[in-house]
Amino acid sequence: MNVLEADSGKLLAAVTALLAQKGIVQPPEIAERIAVTDAANPGQGARMVAKAWVDPAYRALMLEDGSKAAEEIGIPMRGMPPLGVLENTPSLHHLVVCTLCSCYPRAVLGYPPFWFKSAAYRARAVRDPRGMLADWGTPIPENVQLRVVDSTADYRWMVLPLRPAGTEGWDEARLAELVRDGDMIGVTVCKVPS
Amino acid sequence: MSLAPGQAVRVKLEWPETKGPCHIRTPHYLRGRQGVVERRLGSFANPEDLAFARPAAALDLYHVRFDQPAIWGEGHAGDAIVVELFETWLEPA
Amino acid sequence: MSNVLPDHDVPRAHHDMGGVSKFMCDAVDTGDHALTEFDRTVDAVRGLLGAKKVMSVDELRRGIEAIPEAEYHRLSYYQRWIRSIADNLMVRGVITEAELRATLEGL
Repeated sequence: MNVLEADSGKLLAAVTALLAQKGIVQPPEIAERIAVTDAANPGQGARMVAKAWVDPAYRALMLEDGSKAAEEIGIPMRGMPPLGVLENTPSLHHLVVCTLCSCYPRAVLGYPPFWFKSAAYRARAVRDPRGMLADWGTPIPENVQLRVVDSTADYRWMVLPLRPAGTEGWDEARLAELVRDGDMIGVTVCKVPS
Repeated sequence: MSLAPGQAVRVKLEWPETKGPCHIRTPHYLRGRQGVVERRLGSFANPEDLAFARPAAALDLYHVRFDQPAIWGEGHAGDAIVVELFETWLEPA
Repeated sequence: MSNVLPDHDVPRAHHDMGGVSKFMCDAVDTGDHALTEFDRTVDAVRGLLGAKKVMSVDELRRGIEAIPEAEYHRLSYYQRWIRSIADNLMVRGVITEAELRATLEGL
């Protein structure tokens, strides 16, 4: 039998045992890495979005250089791919997909969600984006242009969603609580819960 | 090759995946398609070599915009697909 | 619509999914699927091997794309990853097939 066809759990156990034996990766490093990776979550991206909504200079920085904007509010970007930010406007909506694998702005949103990695999402997002978004409960109005961003190479992309109506005067922390991962990929739009 | 924003380009009509082991970052649906350069994103090591742990030259990477309905023969007029493509896959249209 | 090309019937790699007809009628499963301990561990091992320059994310992808199509679709996301990691470690000579086989048998 091809050794690679072994049970995945056993393959992981054998690989980690060999890497430890050879002094390449030790178990405590794995635990530490998991802790660091778990710390990246959509709350990070949401903080950036909320700040961009209230601070025009920060919004300009975020659109110019997403990585710098992330670092400015303490999100670690070292060793991460460059981050690009796509601004939604009343006449333009962005949707991010990776048709070839699952490139996702992990530094600011955390692990990619299950749907982002699915064959249905990867196939439909570029070919029938409006139909897919309508199924999601996010119909894109006729007069709004849609831009699908297929993340194929070295950049990672997040969407700066439109600030919802009815949030005038809200502070950053309260605004950040409204922003979900889907809003920053473009499968949903940011709303004030009714 | 240096491409300017607004310049019309065509993605090379090549199918390396039919010829043997390879790793390419240019989606199948874009081969031979005409688009417009949005901007240069920077310079990055060629993933086609990195994937095989070979020495990899730095290549210019561009954000290129394509008319979405034109690719599929269906869709909503004005919609677009924007994709990162390496200079080696692009030629002036 | 003059841009529609006749030769897009050229065979494609199975990971190259943009617009693939057989997935176009599938609903996107938007449910939460919490990661398991296995998933997180594979993710962390890949991250560490990248940081230590043992293997790159590009090599990870190459290894995933090399998984035969039926298995690619049968395996979960991180099952594909561990398979690619093991493959790449052997390609790189970091571990040998004999070592991997012996370690698997000893588990």
